[in-house]
Amino acid sequence: MTDIVDPHVVAAAGDPPDVPDATHGLSHVTSTGISNEKLGMWVFLGSECLLFGGLISTFLLYKNRAGYGDLNETPHELYDILFTSISSFVLLMSSLTMVLAVSAIQRGDHRALRTWLAATALMGGIFISGQVYEFKEFLNAGYGFTHSPAWSAFFGLTGFHGVHVTLGIIMLLSCILLSLSGRIRQDNAESVEIVGLYWHFVDVVWIIIFTVVYLIK
Amino acid sequence: MASTDGTLALGTGTEAPARPMGVFARPRNTPGWRGWVTTVDHKRIGIMYGAAALFFFLIGGVEALLIRAQLAAPEGKLLSADLYNQVFTMHGTTMIFLAVMPIGAAFMNYLIPLQIGARDVAFPRLNALSFWSFLFGGVILNSAWFLGGGADGGWFNYAPNNGVIFSPSHGIDFWNLGLIFTGISSLVGAVNLITTVLNMRAPGMTLMRMPVFTWMSFVTQFLLLFAIPVLTSAQFLLLFDRLFGARFFDVSMGADPLLWEHLFWIFGHPEVYIMILPAFGIVSEIIPVFARKPIFGYPFMVFSGIAIGFMGWGVWAHHMFASGIGPISVAAFSVATMFIAVPTGVKILNWLATMWGGKLKFTAPMLYSIGLVTMFTIGGLSGVTHAVSPADTQQTDTYYIVAHFHYVLFGGALFGFVGGWYFWWPKVFGFKLSDYHGRINFWILLVGFNLTFGPMHILGLQGMPRRTYTYRTGYGFNFWNLVATIGAFMIAASFLYFFWIIWRSYRQSKVDAVALSGDPWDSRSLEWMVPCPTPAHNFDVTPTVHALDDFWHRKYDEDENGRLVRIAATEDVSQDGSATDVHLPSPSYWPFVLAAGFPFVAWGLIFNMWLCVIGGIAIVSALWGWVVEPSVDPEGEHGPHDDHHPTADDSPAEAEAGASEEAALVD
Repeated sequence: MTDIVDPHVVAAAGDPPDVPDATHGLSHVTSTGISNEKLGMWVFLGSECLLFGGLISTFLLYKNRAGYGDLNETPHELYDILFTSISSFVLLMSSLTMVLAVSAIQRGDHRALRTWLAATALMGGIFISGQVYEFKEFLNAGYGFTHSPAWSAFFGLTGFHGVHVTLGIIMLLSCILLSLSGRIRQDNAESVEIVGLYWHFVDVVWIIIFTVVYLIK
Repeated sequence: MASTDGTLALGTGTEAPARPMGVFARPRNTPGWRGWVTTVDHKRIGIMYGAAALFFFLIGGVEALLIRAQLAAPEGKLLSADLYNQVFTMHGTTMIFLAVMPIGAAFMNYLIPLQIGARDVAFPRLNALSFWSFLFGGVILNSAWFLGGGADGGWFNYAPNNGVIFSPSHGIDFWNLGLIFTGISSLVGAVNLITTVLNMRAPGMTLMRMPVFTWMSFVTQFLLLFAIPVLTSAQFLLLFDRLFGARFFDVSMGADPLLWEHLFWIFGHPEVYIMILPAFGIVSEIIPVFARKPIFGYPFMVFSGIAIGFMGWGVWAHHMFASGIGPISVAAFSVATMFIAVPTGVKILNWLATMWGGKLKFTAPMLYSIGLVTMFTIGGLSGVTHAVSPADTQQTDTYYIVAHFHYVLFGGALFGFVGGWYFWWPKVFGFKLSDYHGRINFWILLVGFNLTFGPMHILGLQGMPRRTYTYRTGYGFNFWNLVATIGAFMIAASFLYFFWIIWRSYRQSKVDAVALSGDPWDSRSLEWMVPCPTPAHNFDVTPTVHALDDFWHRKYDEDENGRLVRIAATEDVSQDGSATDVHLPSPSYWPFVLAAGFPFVAWGLIFNMWLCVIGGIAIVSALWGWVVEPSVDPEGEHGPHDDHHPTADDSPAEAEAGASEEAALVD
């Protein structure tokens, strides 16, 4: 095991030349080199995986237990795969605009930041509208949250994901508001990047849900 | 959600900041109770964790005494069957979630930053949120006593017994919501402390130089991070079933009650390691100090802790041998359960080897640590007997199980915690607890403990079922039940004695105030380098670490014959806490306000949705206030010598600077 050179002793790029001593400087060095906020978000997302894991397992166990009597169709028999594919595509494309937003603030282009954030939020909104429409169709067909284990699990899982997307949209809109009030500067572009991490995670989870819940019979 | 908000907070305040918005003026150096409510200091939060956990421990203890009083003699009349169900359910839930886990959190909060040489945790405000949501989660859970009765399905609340049909009172709703909010506390704490350990280490503090306590806490936090969300998802399912008519556990609609058991124990088994590993870490700190030897096999200690962390995920179904999961599952989980005894055994042997040939000093903390090693070994051995599934089918749901888990959690975790209190008390409060009384107290506790739980092995093997509220006189249970009840009251007496010791030692320290050195035990890790009690800024100068047990090596070396020689006086290598103008994280109201909204949401979901609106307003406004409040108060007082402080947002420029440093090091 090699000794780590004291990172505080090494002058960081951007430190003023007359930093008085070794224990500080403008560089708030972390042991890993990743900022606390970003590392914290990654750790948090690790936990989210298990939360969705529990709900996905529940759906897999229950997906064929659709109820008795006349209303006994499983979610698979009612899916409109084409419709959901389109809304999934919109959600996945929002990851692209999210990346463009991060890139914009890193370049210091505040207008482009707000434009791309708004585009991302809009696409998230389209996805949520699609989900609301889909839920409504199922409800009209007589399958509600309280119908049977399969339908409880379907609404529980996709609804939980929908809540996550909605929270993401609120975060995006908050970013726009904060940017308008001048609170997002180029040098803390990382805050946008961290919101982006959350947004990409929600997208990735949807890829899994779409595959496991919708595509695999 | 909450963990993202800190990221939006503004920068270091060195440039002209936008005015923080909000209804509150930013608290600054507030004295009195407001200082505690707004604090983000990891030490104060640790103390509050400990105090609140002790309070809940007393509640859980009273519930335990009610149980034992009811069972003292056959045909007990103290509690009705219904009330007895509530009391044992709440006893288990309270002790696990509101006593043992937060006592561990108290130690971790206080000690991790000190042991790795940091000013504070990575996210001080999230740390405060973690405490307050634990406290309000506990309030939600216990408010059930005043609002229609506690949960009554056992601490695991198996389906379908947990449904509205079988448990029509709101007790299980309180249980659900209370534990969802303490789960938020655990999740936030895990994000925070994992980031702290990874990111906030002092120069030279490599992972393999961290004290064993920090390592075990680190493993614990990963277990929390991944186990708690599984419980949360199960509880969401149950919550929707009970409050909104979902069908997750409705057997009449084809639901499978085993789903609950699986989800619960996938959480529940890592949970037992969450409770025991911090105590393992504590005794791994205490034993080397009083044996005056380094911990034996440090890498083995660390890696067996990590191994427990991984293997803890593969043994959950040994709680379900009687549920009909099939012979292959039973065989696989039997073998896995036997295997997990190996890293635990490694730890026991390492503690023994640490003491072997050492100059043992039997102080109170050392006695409690040895108590853990011995009592946990008994509990561990009875644990291995559960791995033998044919035997387990006989033992399951009997008092044998009750005996087992009290030996590991009381004889293990709690003995370690009490030892830790005696050991770190001077560091936290600036006075020592009386060692003489501590040693007497240890023997009372040890005898009381064994009188209480030892006989339960026999009762269990005789066939006395768990959770039974009474028994008849001809069953042959009378004698040992009476002994167990006597033992339980001895435990209660020993804790009253403990509180008296605290009070007396405090008085003593006021009467003849002896200046306490920062290092009263001649110990090994960094927290002993700073004065007792720890100054608000922890370290005057961030220490640079050169070895495992760095502080010890600053005091001692070996001569050519391998004998220990002192090379420096403790005062010369300690810090005197005199630094001024150290920039500390700024206090904040928002964590408290945010968590104070939780009970209203919980009560609202149970009784009246309008209460949710009140809670929701508190939560949303607190989140917004939190986001726009700079994590470091731009108008807070700090001098020109503004030290490296942990809360500052690392702007990309700075992160890049850090990265380029890393690159420079690689070059």
